[in-house]
Amino acid sequence: MRSERPPVLLAALAIVGVAFFILPLVGLLARAPWETALGDLTTPEALTALRLSFVVSIAATALALLLGVPLAWVYARVPFRGRDVVRALTTLPMILPPVVGGVALLFAFGRRGLFGQALDAIGIRLPFTTAGAVLAATFVAMPFLVLTVEAGLRSMDRRYEDAARTLGAGRWLVFRRVTLPLIAPSVFAGAVLCWARALGEFGATITFAGNLPGTTQTLPLAVYIALETRPEVAVMLSLVLLAVSLAILIAMRDRYLRSF
Amino acid sequence: MRSRAAYALVIAAGVLVGACSRSSTGVDVPLAGEVTVFAASSLVDAFEQIGAEMSKANPDARFTFNFGSSSTLATQITNGAPADLFASADEANMQKIVDAELADGVPSAFASNRLQIAVATGNPKKISGLADLARPDVVLVLAAPTVPAGKYALDALGKAGVVARPASLEVDVRAVLNKVSLGEADAGIVYVTDVKSAVARVAGVEIPEQHQVTARYPVAVVKGSKNAALANRFIEYLVSPEGQSILATYGFSRP
Repeated sequence: MRSERPPVLLAALAIVGVAFFILPLVGLLARAPWETALGDLTTPEALTALRLSFVVSIAATALALLLGVPLAWVYARVPFRGRDVVRALTTLPMILPPVVGGVALLFAFGRRGLFGQALDAIGIRLPFTTAGAVLAATFVAMPFLVLTVEAGLRSMDRRYEDAARTLGAGRWLVFRRVTLPLIAPSVFAGAVLCWARALGEFGATITFAGNLPGTTQTLPLAVYIALETRPEVAVMLSLVLLAVSLAILIAMRDRYLRSF
Repeated sequence: MRSRAAYALVIAAGVLVGACSRSSTGVDVPLAGEVTVFAASSLVDAFEQIGAEMSKANPDARFTFNFGSSSTLATQITNGAPADLFASADEANMQKIVDAELADGVPSAFASNRLQIAVATGNPKKISGLADLARPDVVLVLAAPTVPAGKYALDALGKAGVVARPASLEVDVRAVLNKVSLGEADAGIVYVTDVKSAVARVAGVEIPEQHQVTARYPVAVVKGSKNAALANRFIEYLVSPEGQSILATYGFSRP
């Protein structure tokens, strides 16, 4: 990359742009109760939320992998009519307000929802359950995985697949033994992004799954509730989320900046 | 220092305007300006109507509302949110504002509220009192114990000696009402006024006197308000016979 001296105005605006993102973090760090940090993070409510968030975000990522990798494959390899519209529909949660997603989930899978009534009849209840929290997290996080994997599939060298096919391998074998290993970095990156998004999920969860410690109260919900009564716990939990997100972005920097 | 001087000026101007707004005949002169009201979510319907009435009487005045749980609002105000007025659903959260020296004057009580059990229309689960809320076939939702409605609900359950296992602790009382009106929950403990506001979608089950909890609503002008005169006018209207009768139509009782 060629280094260049920027015009003063650009540099000034860029500095404001940086400050815009850094100042809130500084504010958070300034309020962090470092002396009691460990104590705040090991309060029962914090531990419960940490544990639940871990379970929910991992389960959501697993579900997203199970459904998202095949979906990405279809998007990348099968040029069907209306593919762009379907892709747009399945990536909508990336920009949709999560609360809207939660309301939509409620109307679909809630107890009186369109499909929820049938689920209820066979004894499956999603709202107010950990499964509901997983569903909400998957809903908002899976698009990150799908798009990342699809990009990986589109940029891979397809001649390896062709070679395998000419040597007599079936479609499923090619996918499993050739395609999947080749796109493994994309799948991994997509899974990590998806996991980070699932970890931070708030709106859809509180709307669809509710807020009960140990069952549906994930880290962001615990932060919101604790802010009013135990702000120091809220700040420490926020810092945990922040550290995780920052670590992921730094670890993934090559993926997103290399091409520019 | 300069900003402090500016604040002092603004407050002084506010006091002056306040002093001048009432003409010598005692008739209220219309006031102009904008007032941001931070109010407990149980006040949504009543305050929107009161805001509309106030705007009629003061055509150049604008009232903006920020509704939420009283505890969220108190946190926002103590962190510097630009509120002119704070109406809380309990005294504890108002006290946070007073303790932070952010209340202009002594908060005044303007209404009170009582609890009721919200159930689906027609009461299909045949819930007749607090004791039924502990039944395993009843999905119960409460407000989080950090918000007034949640604290009051726990008080009422405690008085009745009922150990309930809520399915969710919602962020404010309106979220509890929504979970019941959407059919996700069979019952929720809310205010009488909440049931009244959603009478087409939910029914109310009375809580007997000995288990009742009275919620008192205080209101105060927030220090540093740019339009304290108009904010005070809002409070005057709240406690006036007109204001009280509007509050009564939504189910609030006198303070």
